[in-house]
Amino acid sequence: MGIFDRFKEKVSSAVQSTSDALGFTKLKDGLSKTRDTFLSRIQGVLGVGRKIDAQLLTQLEEILITADIGFDTSEQIINSVRERVKKEGHENAEEVFDILKDELLKILIQSPSAHNDAVYNINPDRKPHTILVVGVNGVGKTTTIGKLAYNYKNAGRSVVIGAADTFRAAANEQLEIWADRAGVQIVQQKHGADPAAVAYDTVNSAISRDLDVVIIDTAGRLHNKMNLMAELDKISRVIKKLKPEGPEDVYLVLDATTGQNAIQQAKEFMKVSPITGIVLTKLDGTAKGGVVIPIAAELKIPVRYIGVGEKIDDLQLFSPTAFIDALFGE
Amino acid sequence: MFENLQDKLEHALKRFRGQATISEENIDEALREIRRALIEADVNLNVTNKFVEDVKAKAIGTEVKGKLLPEQLIVKIVHEELVELLGSKQSDIQFSSHPPTVIMVAGLQGSGKTTFCAKLAKNLRKKGRQPLLVACDVHRPAAIEQLKQLGQTINLPVFATEEKNPVKIASDAIIYAKKFARDVVIIDTAGRLTIDQEMMKEVQDISNAVNPNETLFVCDAMIGQDAVTTAKAFHEILSLTGVVLTKLDGDTRGGAALSVMNVVGKPVKFVGTGEKVDALEPFHPERIASRILGMGDILTLVEKAEQQLDEDQAKKLEQKIKKNEFSFEDFLEQLRTIRKMGSLKDLLGLIPGMDKAMRNVSIDDNAFNKVEAVILSMTKFERENPKLLNGSRRKRIADGSGTTVQDVNRLIKQFDDMTKMMKNVSRGGKSRFLKSFGLPQNLGM
Repeated sequence: MGIFDRFKEKVSSAVQSTSDALGFTKLKDGLSKTRDTFLSRIQGVLGVGRKIDAQLLTQLEEILITADIGFDTSEQIINSVRERVKKEGHENAEEVFDILKDELLKILIQSPSAHNDAVYNINPDRKPHTILVVGVNGVGKTTTIGKLAYNYKNAGRSVVIGAADTFRAAANEQLEIWADRAGVQIVQQKHGADPAAVAYDTVNSAISRDLDVVIIDTAGRLHNKMNLMAELDKISRVIKKLKPEGPEDVYLVLDATTGQNAIQQAKEFMKVSPITGIVLTKLDGTAKGGVVIPIAAELKIPVRYIGVGEKIDDLQLFSPTAFIDALFGE
Repeated sequence: MFENLQDKLEHALKRFRGQATISEENIDEALREIRRALIEADVNLNVTNKFVEDVKAKAIGTEVKGKLLPEQLIVKIVHEELVELLGSKQSDIQFSSHPPTVIMVAGLQGSGKTTFCAKLAKNLRKKGRQPLLVACDVHRPAAIEQLKQLGQTINLPVFATEEKNPVKIASDAIIYAKKFARDVVIIDTAGRLTIDQEMMKEVQDISNAVNPNETLFVCDAMIGQDAVTTAKAFHEILSLTGVVLTKLDGDTRGGAALSVMNVVGKPVKFVGTGEKVDALEPFHPERIASRILGMGDILTLVEKAEQQLDEDQAKKLEQKIKKNEFSFEDFLEQLRTIRKMGSLKDLLGLIPGMDKAMRNVSIDDNAFNKVEAVILSMTKFERENPKLLNGSRRKRIADGSGTTVQDVNRLIKQFDDMTKMMKNVSRGGKSRFLKSFGLPQNLGM
């Protein structure tokens, strides 16, 4: 008995630490509220003993819609589920659980989110790796940058942050605090300065000091404002003067509470700069971030990171399987 | 761009053209489209379902009469129903008879609370009040600094201390306001998630300590289905007295407004329409209703134009058009005014019905550059007297502007057409103008 118990304890602590290392626990905690409502509602519909019928599928579709997956994508998912139920000959409600999970996963895997493991590797010949962080107002760009800098630093990279949000009051001060927390350097100019000039200075200083990574914060801008979007284009062009292949990454930060407008945001930002990845923030609230599913389905932009809390280590690499598993409570 | 609900209804109801009344059978597909439109606009699913039921009950049995097509009739019913749900409530700040009036502002992270506080303060000062801003966000880095800087911009005092306890800050601020005769106290609180019990208790404690006259829930207009959960949680803890909808200057359809009002049962008191401290407007239910339905927003367009055009200029122009003296010089001026208003496609999207026409057209705002170059290559005399433009002049203009003679010809042709059209407008008024675009005018808008 004693030996068996100790063995069990060892195994479970090993499992615990592995999943901690993978960030599973935090993702699960972060998503716990989401999962509880989403999962319990799905389980409510797929109760034991119930047969699959049209009403059941409608109810599932409604749950998807309330997760911000959107009308069309939800309809498509349910259509696929219906076809598979027919083709594979399922009858019992609980069998739909795995099919639904599988269909959602399929959409996320279609987009190249699966290849997130190598993001911290940097080609020494192409230093500095330049990352431009963009998004509408209030999605959490500055916070994300603090966490991103911390992640790179932890991976052994040298980082400099460029404070190119020269518009919002106290944006500089906020970023300074984050840079301090992450223990990285920051380049800034006065409030109201030309953001492209800040970006130039930052990349320039990274080149002269032989740093690995440049992360550039930009002011929040609504995607339908032509002039502000043009400003973003200018920042990219100025970076190219120093580094023709830069910026290597343009991350679009999306707020998980955002509804269908997120798709519009992604489309418009894609027009001015090639978005290489999405950072989905505020997943620790009640919001489900379901809008990444239509974005993956329609636009095929990979999700790179998710933000699951306000602490500096709360930015995790996105894993489609972990995301869906967490959503479905496994 | 979003498809107009009316187009979709047109499609759904085509088969039923000529039927005299709306019946259970012919409305089903239409209802599905209405449901989709609302969900795409982020109206909460339960709210949507209930709304669609209400519309169905109202529509069935309605006679299709006059020149209205069935789809237009249904859009009209939907629109009216939406306006009724969104509006009809008094929506000003309620001032206390014993100053200071305390206004507390709460919401999720990044919804725009701090910016809104500054806008509200500026707005109230314009109305003769003496606001005091209070920085109670001790959590977000540099949040207090942000409010201080905003206070400086609008030249209003900000109560900020080294104190780490927001309840104490808020209480001290009230004492300060009484002492220094500030008659409105605006309390900015930290953004918080509703599942963060500690933070929710904090905001409740602040509320209990200062007993606010107004508690405003600041909500990002882009919020999705989660709006209901969030609003409910804040309402339960704080008894909200009103809602503020921010970032409406984006292209979101703002269905959250409907969801949140449904939960809170209190009016939207303000909307935020820009990052500048002046960009605060009262709430117009009929405009949000049109937006939610993807029907464009002609009123906003008119207002935008009004902001850019000063009245004298407009009168002069009208005279010129009437006298047939509209020149390339005026045209250039108009062009520049329009460009100041934003991207052409966005502007056209605001015109009801235009959305459909523009859907597949990509409008290059740079095309304006070419037009501008051509006009600038004309002499001043030529601009005032377009009739002078003969072949050799056109050739010179093309060379000077780096375009071709065809480009120049096309522009002159367009200019001629436009002057003709404008004469029509000035004779026939607004409805003629809309007709010239082939737009419907019978939506009661």
